[in-house]
Amino acid sequence: MGGGLNSTKKEDFDKFLDLTEVKPYGDTINDGKTQVSFTLPIKDGEKAIIAAQELAKKMGIKDPTIVYHTQLDIGFTFFILYGSLIHTIDFTKIKVESIEVEALSIKEINAYIKEKFKGKIVVLGATTGTDAHTVGIDAIMNMKGFAGHYGLESYEMIEAYNLGSQVTNEEFVKKAIQLKADILLVSQTVTQKGIHVKNLTNLVELLEAEGIRDKIILICGGARISNELAKELGYDAGFGPNTYANIVATYAIKELFGRMNSKEINKYTKNK
Amino acid sequence: MKEKEINRRSKLNLDFSIVEKAREAAKVIALDTQKFIDQHTTTTIERTVCRLFGIDGVDEFDVPLPNIVVDNIEKGNGLGIGAAIHIGNAVLHTNLSPQEIAEKVAKDELDLTKLSLKDISEIKATVRIIAQEKLALITQKKKTRDELLKKYGDKEGPLIYVIVATGNIFEDIIQAQAAARQGADVIAVIRSTVQSLLDYVPYGATTEGFGGTYATQENFRLMRKALDEVGEELGRYIRLTNYCSGLCMPEIAAMGAFERLDMMLNDALYGILFRDINMKRTIVDQYFSRMINAYAGVIINTGEDNYLTTADAFEAAHTVLASEFINEQFALLAGLKEEQMGLGHAFEMNPELENGFLYELAQAQMAREIFPNASLKYMPPTKFKSGNIFKGHIQDALFNMITIMTNQRIHLLGMLTEAIHTPFMADRALSIENARYIFKNMKSISEEIEFKDGGIMEKRANEVLLKAYNLLKEIETQGLFKTIEKGIFAGIKRSLDGGKGLSGVILKEKEYINPFMDLMSYELKKGGN
Repeated sequence: MGGGLNSTKKEDFDKFLDLTEVKPYGDTINDGKTQVSFTLPIKDGEKAIIAAQELAKKMGIKDPTIVYHTQLDIGFTFFILYGSLIHTIDFTKIKVESIEVEALSIKEINAYIKEKFKGKIVVLGATTGTDAHTVGIDAIMNMKGFAGHYGLESYEMIEAYNLGSQVTNEEFVKKAIQLKADILLVSQTVTQKGIHVKNLTNLVELLEAEGIRDKIILICGGARISNELAKELGYDAGFGPNTYANIVATYAIKELFGRMNSKEINKYTKNK
Repeated sequence: MKEKEINRRSKLNLDFSIVEKAREAAKVIALDTQKFIDQHTTTTIERTVCRLFGIDGVDEFDVPLPNIVVDNIEKGNGLGIGAAIHIGNAVLHTNLSPQEIAEKVAKDELDLTKLSLKDISEIKATVRIIAQEKLALITQKKKTRDELLKKYGDKEGPLIYVIVATGNIFEDIIQAQAAARQGADVIAVIRSTVQSLLDYVPYGATTEGFGGTYATQENFRLMRKALDEVGEELGRYIRLTNYCSGLCMPEIAAMGAFERLDMMLNDALYGILFRDINMKRTIVDQYFSRMINAYAGVIINTGEDNYLTTADAFEAAHTVLASEFINEQFALLAGLKEEQMGLGHAFEMNPELENGFLYELAQAQMAREIFPNASLKYMPPTKFKSGNIFKGHIQDALFNMITIMTNQRIHLLGMLTEAIHTPFMADRALSIENARYIFKNMKSISEEIEFKDGGIMEKRANEVLLKAYNLLKEIETQGLFKTIEKGIFAGIKRSLDGGKGLSGVILKEKEYINPFMDLMSYELKKGGN
């Protein structure tokens, strides 16, 4: 083929934007220009280049040009390629379901609390019952957090208390009253024969007996927890694996604010 | 002396009288804390004694034998005099090896604290002989490292340090060998997220782990072998790093000493602040773990860089320096040489900050001049990596430039895909290429540049130094524990009796013996193993 990069090649395509057939843009509408990089677990060489080109074609990239390839290790080759994507998207048909919780960033959460509440929000977390695993609660609470998402301890406007594991429900409720907690987080990681269900239900009963159930946002989380199960057990929400602190915090503060606002007199909120 | 004088010719006109005073204050702080350390032992220290005696393996429920032995002694209320006495006593009673004794304890055939106590001087002599034998094994490993470094010649300039974190030791090996071939000098095997909070060390080769691979002695051995192989192929010594942090600091140090690890993350403050480990527990653990690292010729890495992931890198720069001063003193007390101190700092200022590069450069140069012989560990940008890999690559390039301009030693390589995923093979290769390009292209720049008298950088460095000194004076009056309780470091408060692991702290009784500590301490004071 020759001629260097394929940008100089004359192509016959419609230069007008049609929202029913949207394509990537390089420097001309509908040119479809796309860049891709990947590694193949094969030896670098002529055959490897053809393999990468063929793979690009399967992705829908027309005239793929391998602009760079190099051996990463014995039997591993890295490719950078450019080409024109043949696929299009009908942009007019895309609909986005409104998500209930659009997770805010730490900064936004702090700002939200500053704006809507008087002072800090108190969050109390624990792994309750016989479960000794703190992985879940630590991921949400600990400063260092999980997978690059800092835990609630790092939030300026949240006063976070992590009680650790094997906390009895009685102890947990006592602490909640003592610390005037706004939000309770309960983690259950390892459970046998549905013991977590019993344990979680027991906590709700205790909170109701103390008359503070409706004063707090009650959330549970863990590998086998779903929002559906949580609601069934009398929790405000439940979060499964791969939930980060800011997701939990966003839900909790919005719920807290919503609930307080729905009451006539609100001692916490600044405005209204 | 001459070398020191040259180093003293500061490019930043640093006020070295303040450096001296800061060092003095840090020394007072460390000595004050050392009093507490000397009065206590911990369950993991006693398990380390077991491991050093050669006790290893697990029972049918996967409980490590060192835990079984220490639990047995604790149940009999005997830990205050140390596990060594009980094991030595059992050796005299049974004429079995420590490992055989541990196996008997595991099978409930032996209860260590129920045995009548033999003559104490006889016990001491027995454990001393075994301890000497076992320490000789560690000395041998150290010698092997020295020989390999001599054979290949050690690399001058920054060591390129990369991470592998697949969760599977066998996959880690493929990644590590590839990284070495691409030019990495140090391989760190990231640990599984949960491990720092486990009060035992898992056993055997592991292939599952979240966010990293379990630190086990077998995994250490497998990776060491793999790096030696690739090192032989490349004619370079490839260093291996793991984590002596969490609830099993000294046990991991012992395992690393046996398997010739070269560097260990080893910082109590990190555990207190970021993993909520009880401060009494971990500061006592740190001492023994650092002593083992000192003895085994391991370079420790401290974790000050992490403060800046939660606190602001510009505002809190002095807390990093203050902590480095304290860490230096703790390291000296444990017998570490200056070269073995990988004091940590980081390039973490907001990229939007005007002249941010100058401030970073000033601070890196400042750290270099204040700790001229330390193997400084410089950490890459992470906090302001956005997922824009193209900008991320440039952020890393600026960071790489500072390393070569200020002669940092341990250069933890930034990845363009930071904040997206643990590095792919290609990410690592591109990042290594970036660093090697800059290190070669700017090789001698530090010898060529000086900084303007009274300029932005000079002002910045002296300001950070003065603030660090003032902070150290404050810590000196209230002690380290109180300082942590107040949330001075990283903006995190930890209470004296809060956090994990406090129940494992034990007051030493008058008869307490730890033959390894005594022997190592003696050798290290003599001028090193």
